[in-house]
Amino acid sequence: MSGRTFAEKALARAAGVPGARAGDVLDVMPDLVFSHDNSAAIRRIFEQIGAPGIAHPDRVAITLDHASPAPTTRHAQNHAEIRDWVQAQGIAHFFDVGRGICHQVIGEEALILPGETILGADSHTTHHGWLGAFGAGVGRTEMAALWATGELWLRVPEAIRITLNGAPSPGVTAKDISLRILGDLGADGGLYRSVEFAGDTLAALPLDERAVIPNMMAEMGAKNAYLPPDQIVFDYLEPRRTRHYTPLYPDPDAAYAAEYHLDVSHLEPQVALPHRPDNAVPLSEVAGQPIQQAFLGTCTNGRLSDLRAAAEVLRGRRVRCRFLVIPASAAVMLAAVREGIIDTLLDAGAVIGTPGCGPCMGNHMGIPAPGEVTISCANRNFRGRMGTPDAPVYLASAYVVAASALNGQISDPREVLA
Amino acid sequence: MTQHRCWVYGDNVNTDVIFPGRYTYTLHTPGEIAAHALEDLDPAFAANVQPGDVIVAGHNWGCGSSREQAVTALKYAGVEIIIAASFGRIYFRNCINHGLLPVECPELHTLVQTGDVICIDREAGIITGCNQAFGIPPLSPSAQRILDAGGLLPMLQQHFEQVRVNGGSHNGHSR
Repeated sequence: MSGRTFAEKALARAAGVPGARAGDVLDVMPDLVFSHDNSAAIRRIFEQIGAPGIAHPDRVAITLDHASPAPTTRHAQNHAEIRDWVQAQGIAHFFDVGRGICHQVIGEEALILPGETILGADSHTTHHGWLGAFGAGVGRTEMAALWATGELWLRVPEAIRITLNGAPSPGVTAKDISLRILGDLGADGGLYRSVEFAGDTLAALPLDERAVIPNMMAEMGAKNAYLPPDQIVFDYLEPRRTRHYTPLYPDPDAAYAAEYHLDVSHLEPQVALPHRPDNAVPLSEVAGQPIQQAFLGTCTNGRLSDLRAAAEVLRGRRVRCRFLVIPASAAVMLAAVREGIIDTLLDAGAVIGTPGCGPCMGNHMGIPAPGEVTISCANRNFRGRMGTPDAPVYLASAYVVAASALNGQISDPREVLA
Repeated sequence: MTQHRCWVYGDNVNTDVIFPGRYTYTLHTPGEIAAHALEDLDPAFAANVQPGDVIVAGHNWGCGSSREQAVTALKYAGVEIIIAASFGRIYFRNCINHGLLPVECPELHTLVQTGDVICIDREAGIITGCNQAFGIPPLSPSAQRILDAGGLLPMLQQHFEQVRVNGGSHNGHSR
């Protein structure tokens, strides 16, 4: 009998059973559940259930990030209902306007640890695989059920293994690797699956970049994604964690439904064309495409290394189109201020926004006009994603977004950095 | 056996075009939500859909965001069954949790066109379209129980009502 995948081990642990196999259906008790601006809608569902109260308020996190600060009275009312609910239910982990994007903040606060299970009312909950946790997205009604009971049924997914080898060349990042994987495997290449990563590329990836990969695997239909945690992760967590944890690793003889190998050493920067994240092409195929707006930010690429990359490209230069910079969290913003990165970006003509999701999903803070073209660091470029169906969105790394802002057209950062 | 008019769509239709993100925190009533169903993909849908119509789609229907309005917008518009070659995983669960039957059928979307009528026999588990019959694959017992209860919310309501009557614990409710 074959060994076990990460997903089999993690869900057995979360369900409190000795062992599990792909296809098993388990009642799972996650270590943390979270939601964001959708918490008011979840509250309205919860109040119809008839439960006495939130079963484990110590395991619940809420972050106001998706439309934050509130752009309209209705959004503000939504936030007010959530604050009131947090107070009434004694929810342990609440992060108000400006603290940052849910996935980023949960990482900074070390609310989830290697080997643990996290369910979020957000499709990019796959993100939390960066430190070896099982993270999966759920719907609003399921989050209400989790608040009421603390548990939810999950089917243990089959797994695929993606092995990354080699070191990316300068100006090439985890975003380019992720877009290439999406381009090769397609929007349903990981559907219903646990996407488990291996290979020597991972250990060399800076901590800051690692989350990009599991975050983007949501665009491949993955249930969860997993990077094996190493000493760099443990060292990061040590001063932050408030409980013990046991990291989990797949057995060497675990059974995978499919295998995919990518040598990243000769990879060039990648760009996803409108209107699909898996529409990935090498940058050279789309260089020169005029843009009206460049957006650096989001849970995918709004971290310090991304802002640093943009500063590297733009130091002493001026952008030729609107350049929105929205750090993923207040902590990222503060670090960028202290490092002089924000000075550099402002000097270059950037507009800096409140930490949060910004215009990623078309709520506020930089919605393009019909006909305008945006290049964005986000994970999604579906038609209408940024607010209007007639504004195409290209996806790329922070380096490419900054170089494109510099020239007013999609550009290769390596030409600027050289 | 019931007859249903089809709305046919392709592969990888995402939740942003089924229900745009710009409305997710501000529209609450069923009428408001249904009015924007499929707005960025097929503006004719919301204006012309009739109760009993079904969606027939290709692979990965409902990929993308976890937003439930991408299911409820169709439900409030009168859709009870969605047939697709495959579903986004959160979307599949959201269907069951709202009492909509998600049917995986790899072929049907290649055979029928928008406006065609298909026959569905839920008891026998058979869909008939273009003179061909397709089986409705069984759901896992956990999912079937939720669907039988009419969705996750009614199931939880029944459960907590029982807890109140019996004064018991609420173990094992979610399957």
